[in-house]
Amino acid sequence: MIRLPDPKPEVLARAPEIVAALRAIVPDGPLGHGVISDAHRLKPYETDGLAAYRQPPLAVVLPTTTEQVAAILAYCNRMGVRVVPRGAGTSLSGGALPLADAVVVGLMRMNRILDIDYDNRLAVVQAGVTNIGITKAVEGAGFFYAPDPSSQLACMIGGNVMMNSGGAHCLKYGVTANNLLGLTFVTIAGDVIKIGGDHPDAAGLDWLGLITGSEGQLGLVTEVTVRILRGPEGARAMLAAFSANDIAGQAVDAIIGSGIIPVALEFMDRPAIHACEAFAHAGYPLDAEAMLIIEVEGSVAEQDDMLSRIRDICARFHPISMKVAESAEQSAAIWKGRKGAFGAVGRISPDYLCMDGTIPTSQLPFTLRRIQEMSAQYGLQVANIFHAGDGNLHPLIMFDANDADSFHRAEAFGADILRLCVEVGGCLTGEHGVGVEKRDLMGVQFSARELDQQRALKTAFDPQWLLNPAKVFPLDGLPASASLPMAAE
Amino acid sequence: MSAALAPPDEAGIAAAVLAAAAAGEALAIEGNGSKAGLLRPVQAARGISTRGLTGITLYKPAELVLSARAGTPIPEIEAALAEHGQHLIAEPPDTRAVFGGDRPATLGGIVATNLSGPRRISWGSMRDHVLGVRFVNGQGEILRSGGRVLKNVTGLDLCKLLSGSHGTLGILTEITLKVLPAPEASATVAVPVADLAEGVRVLSAGLGSPFGVSAAALLPDGHGGLAGPLAVLRIEDFAGSVAYRCEKLAAQFPGAVIVAQAPSQALWRAVRDLDALGAARADAIWRLSARPTEGPRLAACLPGRALLDWGGGLVWLAADPTEANHRAVMAAAAASAASFTLFRAPDALRAAVPVINAEPAPLAAIAARVKAAMDPGLLFNPGRMRSGA
Repeated sequence: MIRLPDPKPEVLARAPEIVAALRAIVPDGPLGHGVISDAHRLKPYETDGLAAYRQPPLAVVLPTTTEQVAAILAYCNRMGVRVVPRGAGTSLSGGALPLADAVVVGLMRMNRILDIDYDNRLAVVQAGVTNIGITKAVEGAGFFYAPDPSSQLACMIGGNVMMNSGGAHCLKYGVTANNLLGLTFVTIAGDVIKIGGDHPDAAGLDWLGLITGSEGQLGLVTEVTVRILRGPEGARAMLAAFSANDIAGQAVDAIIGSGIIPVALEFMDRPAIHACEAFAHAGYPLDAEAMLIIEVEGSVAEQDDMLSRIRDICARFHPISMKVAESAEQSAAIWKGRKGAFGAVGRISPDYLCMDGTIPTSQLPFTLRRIQEMSAQYGLQVANIFHAGDGNLHPLIMFDANDADSFHRAEAFGADILRLCVEVGGCLTGEHGVGVEKRDLMGVQFSARELDQQRALKTAFDPQWLLNPAKVFPLDGLPASASLPMAAE
Repeated sequence: MSAALAPPDEAGIAAAVLAAAAAGEALAIEGNGSKAGLLRPVQAARGISTRGLTGITLYKPAELVLSARAGTPIPEIEAALAEHGQHLIAEPPDTRAVFGGDRPATLGGIVATNLSGPRRISWGSMRDHVLGVRFVNGQGEILRSGGRVLKNVTGLDLCKLLSGSHGTLGILTEITLKVLPAPEASATVAVPVADLAEGVRVLSAGLGSPFGVSAAALLPDGHGGLAGPLAVLRIEDFAGSVAYRCEKLAAQFPGAVIVAQAPSQALWRAVRDLDALGAARADAIWRLSARPTEGPRLAACLPGRALLDWGGGLVWLAADPTEANHRAVMAAAAASAASFTLFRAPDALRAAVPVINAEPAPLAAIAARVKAAMDPGLLFNPGRMRSGA
């Protein structure tokens, strides 16, 4: 289990006063209560996508304007109250997990699209607009917003910025950081600062790059200027099934080595194939050890050309079967199983942890072999989904939350997998963020001095360490200003 | 500034930083010094160069990653990539013609200045492809950020903070980049236009098309026998795709011609390296960045020469190096919500004026604390980006 700091007694003692002050900033309105503080209504905010951890906050405040956010942060800074930012609450790393003495600032009511500019290929949206909401707003004109995390129906762009979210199409289009132009940023002191601009590479230091992926440690974001891209003429997928993980890995290397940049290149291992097929009936080959989904873009003729090149490459690796979609419907069928993977695993196991490390792609066969050995040691099943083009591995560890021992084993298994990712040359998290989940593993990837350097940057933005405390940085070694008193163990 | 010390390794860089810190003397940091004329002149007692740190330390073509020490010349990296049919995604410029001198840029210098070429508009900047760095901070500590994998959100992203920091926060010693397969073929659709505003409309239509335009520039005086103003759209892909996409694009614009691969490559090199700007040796050069539709207005703010890249949103200007001209550029930038950089100018001018946009006061206060967190002795490149900083 991950330790969380004790609440500050002086803050808890002043809870009614704090709630009243927040109500004065965000009064009740047509959308409902501006501030939530009763136990029953706080329930939905006590956890996020990392549901094993729960903690109701002192209060939840739901601002509708940047000015309100600034006033909330200025007040909390003055009073020494901790702040936990929250978008849709879909974080799989516990990024939005509250603390008992913290105010959750929920940005879901800031959900307006402020500007769409097709000539300049950008959109300005508030932080609470969903990821898919941006694409929905521009797809009529043939445009889209590229990063597509699996949670895109629910997750919000503000959260995407804070976690630098990825998705299945990063190999070609990059992650969130590569698709932003500017932000409206609110500091813990309540200053509102325009970061970046409505053009790329604004002059001066790259604050946009530093804030993106900072997991709420540096400040809050209320508005985001994103790049929107014109979609291709079309896209089509194929699948190729192989008799061993390392053979599929060699096929991936050969595809990339040929000069083709597929828009997506997804890998599933045998347990993932079986789980997804049972759930989605996508026609996946159950006799395969590994399967690739490969998507290409362009005109129909270009798709045909690219898919035939890829088919020729895969053929060199003696595939068990290949299936090239002949239509958009057949493409959708190929994707159906992969897109339903989380639901599929949920169906065969009462609970699962979705891990998120990245490895050098050449290390895939070794890493999967080690994961299967650990699976046997821990007595827990695991299915692996892998963004093969960019090395981002998602092992889904199955456990039973009603069995405390099973949960503890799952956490230990997950931590071992992430240590393995670092050992083979990769990292602890490719797109889910550190949050609380991987906080105590940061020392595996970084030296004490490297963590100190990052902490010093955090302090430069948030001298009292009030923003999203107890996340990202291990609690040992925090600067004195952070003051996170710990219960004796 | 004394002649730059060039330690042979990272430990030597760290030792030099510790020595400078002990002496309380600032350091002017450079690679090959090819862009010493960029931004403000640095006032420092000592110089230090990373040019002794050379060599590619890791290259895995199938994993699309390359690591090299900071002093490795860019042409050496480009040659190693070309052997495997790959390239630097951001197409960084060769600034030797702009700044004079014959030593090529180093990897560290290109990343520290975050300079990108025409492909930036569609495929991202240098900083977008920095996967990991090793650097020495102002306390002489050798630290890492990022790593050698394509997707990594572990901890704060110091790779991006250091990219484009012009050596003011840390000394980059080794950099890992994402690289990609170079396209099999390329060609350009050139469209004669009546004026810059029509030119930007052509570029917007091209970039808003489904044909994957990889670069979009506007040449007021034309190029290679084609009269200006000339809008140019580049396609890079497999040969069949290039032919198909160029034809589809050309059909959209009356008078469009297709420029074949060799002259197309020459054209884009001229845009990348600013030959196409046609600046006189004595001219100052400004760089402005804004919404592309602001490009024509920005291009008209000075009586001089102009070149528009990145769909019209990146405006290069060349004119007399006077403070009055610089004030005119600053005023135009303010009116168009643009970033401005005084890219090349005599020392007297670039020491006397703000060479980039001011930061709002709350951000300047954070910037001062960030500087102190990285370089507490204020040793690195004092005055490079802003006077007194």
